[in-house]
Amino acid sequence: MIWDVRNECMSADERQAIQIQRLRAMLGRVKAVVPFYSRILTEADVNPQDIKSLDQLSQLPFTVKDALRESYPYGMFAVPFEEVVRVHLSSGTTGKPTAVGYTKADIALWADSIARTLCGGGAVPGDILQNAYGYGMFTGGLGLHYGGETLGTAVLPMSAGNSKRQVMVMQDFGTTLLACTPSYALRLAEVATEMGVDPATLSVRSAYLGAEPWTTPMRDEIQQHLGCKAFNIYGLSEVIGPGVSFECEHQNGSHINEDHFIPEIVDPNTGAPLPDGQEGELVFTCVTKQCLPLLRYRTRDVCSLTHDLCDCGRTTAKMTRVTGRTDDMFIIRGINVYPSQIEAVLLSFEEVAPHYLIQVDRKGALDQLAVQVEIAPEYFTDRVGELENLSRRIREEIESVLAIALDVQLVEPKSIERTEGKAQRVKDNRRLSQ
Amino acid sequence: MKAVKQISMFLENKPGRLAEATKAIADAGVNVGALAVSDTTDFGVLRFICDQPDKAAHALRDAGFSVGETEVLVVQVPHKPGGLAQALAVIKPLNINIEYLYAFVGAASGFGLIVMRVEDGRSQEVAQALQSAGLTLLTPEQAYAL
Repeated sequence: MIWDVRNECMSADERQAIQIQRLRAMLGRVKAVVPFYSRILTEADVNPQDIKSLDQLSQLPFTVKDALRESYPYGMFAVPFEEVVRVHLSSGTTGKPTAVGYTKADIALWADSIARTLCGGGAVPGDILQNAYGYGMFTGGLGLHYGGETLGTAVLPMSAGNSKRQVMVMQDFGTTLLACTPSYALRLAEVATEMGVDPATLSVRSAYLGAEPWTTPMRDEIQQHLGCKAFNIYGLSEVIGPGVSFECEHQNGSHINEDHFIPEIVDPNTGAPLPDGQEGELVFTCVTKQCLPLLRYRTRDVCSLTHDLCDCGRTTAKMTRVTGRTDDMFIIRGINVYPSQIEAVLLSFEEVAPHYLIQVDRKGALDQLAVQVEIAPEYFTDRVGELENLSRRIREEIESVLAIALDVQLVEPKSIERTEGKAQRVKDNRRLSQ
Repeated sequence: MKAVKQISMFLENKPGRLAEATKAIADAGVNVGALAVSDTTDFGVLRFICDQPDKAAHALRDAGFSVGETEVLVVQVPHKPGGLAQALAVIKPLNINIEYLYAFVGAASGFGLIVMRVEDGRSQEVAQALQSAGLTLLTPEQAYAL
């Protein structure tokens, strides 16, 4: 089932006409009310009324995450705060997070985008959606929740964690749709098996998996273990959250809700637009959002686009899986992590040197994060308890910033390999690039 | 009472690290009389008494180790049942924590030797109590010559 046949299946010309009109209106609005855009659009001599073709988009200035950080908490909001009905936070590259806001209309738009997403994976009203994305400041939980309700599924707002209870609920309610991170889907299959329940006998038909990179072999494994079809869903809070793009029954690239979020692929170094099929940095312009309409937002995600028509009937552009990042951000258990966040904590402890290595592993289905940090040569105590206390304090401080559990290991001075040029701070052993 | 200087160092739990540390000590021509390792899952702390503590510390720092120097007490107790218990019974009423201790039998035999670190600033108190109870504390010179 296609949720919004008119908008998802219209001809390319018709869609472009709508996009241009919306882009023009959005530019006029942000130039008038958002100081950041007034400044950069004036500097670039952009007159919204001159925008006649989508090709002109590539002439407009970019927005980067730093602009959101510098305007934290709500300097980039394009509506008075009284009109905001929801705020979510995402990881910032340093101490401060990035805030994203939604008006009532934005929430409806978001829910509608998720309803399209769920339909892409075969959901119908009456389905039972077990939502195991984290509820809270993370957009996954509430995003899928509102989308599920909009479509007319019965939503079980489980949030992430408490795996045995998840399996019990899946059995008792006959869950037909599962929403969570791909690694958590595998974890649930493991836990079911440990509980003596064959996960393939559960009634899950479709799994909506996203918020972290995954691979085709992982998809095969999840589909086999859970006896369902697993669909990749994509989004980022700055653009709206989940619901930016989704896979249809062909599981061959993700349809972008491009009537709302206009995609581009650019060369990450030069910013020049790249043609379909060529990998580069994904950029979005949000033309319909009221609160946070971003112009050419650099996602730092690497993928490619295609405008080839899909057999499902949708005419929207599709993106490939994200194969990497143009910055050093990585995702663990669905949470975005920047090494600079960890570094900032380490720098606040004089007992350790600013030499560290972040190791990411996957044990079974679970991501493990370990930070190795060199003890400062001038700091030493021969009391084991004090050293353990030090590593515990560092761990707790990092955990409070990242909101994920991790391990901190103190290592000897100069034991972490020094590299020339940009230090290699993250060792990701999960093999997620297939 | 002059305290005995113990050398301690941070050791990662990885194969060969203790061998490298002891080689650095050996190359410096330092003779170790007593040694103990405390370990956790991720790291260990090596502590020892040797004939040339300053030289040992210097050699280990040069080899890139994180090194500490700590003042400890070295107590001589009879090498027979209850030797250690007797010394600890003296300290108990003082209500002072012993941070750690390790024991070994002296080369001269007949005596057990206990190396202990007590709470900061309390070692004089413990030393006096032990001596009043008739126990012998080694001078630094005696300890280094073990």
